[in-house]
Amino acid sequence: MGSATTGAIAVAAESTVATRMSAPPSFDVADFPVPHGREEEWRFTPLERLRGLHDGTAVATGEGVKVDIQAPEGVTVETVGRDDPRVGRAGTPVDRVAAQAYSSFEKASVVTVPKETVLTEPIRIAVHGQGGVAYGHQVVELGAFAEAVVVIDHTGDAVLAANVDYILGDGAKLTVVSVQDWEGKAVHAGQHNALIGRDATFKSFLVTFGGDLVRLHPRVTYAGTGGEAELYGLYFTDAGQHQEHRLFVDHNTPHCKSNVLYKGALQGEDAHAVWIGDVLIEAAAEGTDTYEMNRNLVLTDGARVDSVPNLEIETGEIVGAGHASATGRFDDEQLFYLMARGIPEKEARRLVVRGFFAELVQQIGVADLEERLIARIDEELEAAVA
Amino acid sequence: MATLEIRDLHVTVEADNTTKEILKGVDLTVKQGETHAIMGPNGSGKSTLAYALAGHPKYTVSSGTVTLDGENVLEMSVDERARAGLFLAMQYPVEVPGVSVSNFLRTSATAIRGEAPKLRHWVKEVKEAMERLHMDPSFAERNVNEGFSGGEKKRHEILQLELLKPKIAILDETDSGLDVDALRVVSEGVNRVRESGNVGTLLITHYTRILRYIKPDHVHVFADGRIVESGGAELADKLENEGYEAYVKGGASA
Repeated sequence: MGSATTGAIAVAAESTVATRMSAPPSFDVADFPVPHGREEEWRFTPLERLRGLHDGTAVATGEGVKVDIQAPEGVTVETVGRDDPRVGRAGTPVDRVAAQAYSSFEKASVVTVPKETVLTEPIRIAVHGQGGVAYGHQVVELGAFAEAVVVIDHTGDAVLAANVDYILGDGAKLTVVSVQDWEGKAVHAGQHNALIGRDATFKSFLVTFGGDLVRLHPRVTYAGTGGEAELYGLYFTDAGQHQEHRLFVDHNTPHCKSNVLYKGALQGEDAHAVWIGDVLIEAAAEGTDTYEMNRNLVLTDGARVDSVPNLEIETGEIVGAGHASATGRFDDEQLFYLMARGIPEKEARRLVVRGFFAELVQQIGVADLEERLIARIDEELEAAVA
Repeated sequence: MATLEIRDLHVTVEADNTTKEILKGVDLTVKQGETHAIMGPNGSGKSTLAYALAGHPKYTVSSGTVTLDGENVLEMSVDERARAGLFLAMQYPVEVPGVSVSNFLRTSATAIRGEAPKLRHWVKEVKEAMERLHMDPSFAERNVNEGFSGGEKKRHEILQLELLKPKIAILDETDSGLDVDALRVVSEGVNRVRESGNVGTLLITHYTRILRYIKPDHVHVFADGRIVESGGAELADKLENEGYEAYVKGGASA
């Protein structure tokens, strides 16, 4: 069904998690053939716009991105090599670009929140593009019963492939907000791995506004029973932008939970959003409770959504499993209805889009960030009307 | 006193690459405090009149004038018409996902009144209006028209009518699809607004049933894109007994 044309909504089906990947996971880029675009994991991605991240021609320029980490007291920030055991511990690259990032980064940064440390201020990681090509790797590790909020803020212009590992100790609580607020030409791809300890809670927000192409791959696995993952996403895809979020939740451990909600608004010619939600409940994962949902709001003609929820269940002994995908249009009739109640056109659009995103934004819990995101949503709308 | 004047209104729509004239010269004056019923068979153009007055982009006014207190309505955008005092209760209100009824009502009232209503007063005002229409308070937290039953949609339209207090209210087949109980509740709402004496009402309907609850001052028969007969309430009785046959033979098509 992925052949839908302008303004169309395609919900593909019938491909399984196991058959999605064209090569087994590996840290070595040489283990992955250069994709040609027809592979399951690449079929939605315009490869030519990856600017060489996928075929080895993108060479790091040394002026790729500037990374600035602000951490509250008690948090350790280290710069390490790829031989550090924490690097890659949360997950192995599953596609060529992620493996390229792993093979090409110079130094990884490791942010550690010691056990039982409860932070009251967020850890802020600013990744500012300097216009060049860069590869990166970041690790955030929380010791047992530690609690932290991490904001990773991507701005500027870059061609960046970077992976992030989140390692949660037993009972830890980590909230991560990754904001892709890139300038218009930026390209950003990467794999975000979370390894969730026993009774730990991982809450993630991916917020994508900018860039020419953003392709992120959040993955979750559980290291012990009782783990919980809440994966939220918000994207605002404008004319010409390709924004792709591919999730994988691997329920490999009994009695864990996952809840996924991604919401996107699209506007403009050739705005393209891709959402893949793969959930695998392995035979051992009895007592699993999972739900995933993707909702899209298409504001104008010419935009396209590919939304592919996919649930694979290997045991019947579960609490619950479900998925849904819904794509609606903000159409002329809605606009007429709101305007017929005196509401000016711009405000009518703002009302609908703010309302659509509100339930996600309000859950972030970082006040200045929430305000900024709402302001960015309004800006996106202003740009469209203008 | 607010007056809506419609003079020789011609309206066309584009369909299948052809332009079709739906309204063929409508003349009507509605004054504040008056209630006019427009009755007619399906396809006569009644709803087109309603949507053209509200400014729906699908309809093109090819000639004629519409003024509200002398102001040219046809030059106004849809939202400007609403702020000038025109209200259209729609036959098929659309769903607006992501926007709660309470947020919608407040945004609308703010736009119409020119300032945000004071929150405490507003909450009370909405609550009381909803009680009068037998609406559960949880209604306010639902998304506009999403999953509403036919009766809920119409109550929601009349709720807006009560809160927005227009000068001219156009009710487009508000009675269609309602059972008798819902029709009574909705009619009571319309009557409350009429009793204020501040609204001119244009009641568009296919059936005479609603006129047992809402008594019109004037009844107009609409056929083939224009008003073909006007009279008092007794004209509705005639239609009740004789139907529209006398007006459609060789006349209106779908």
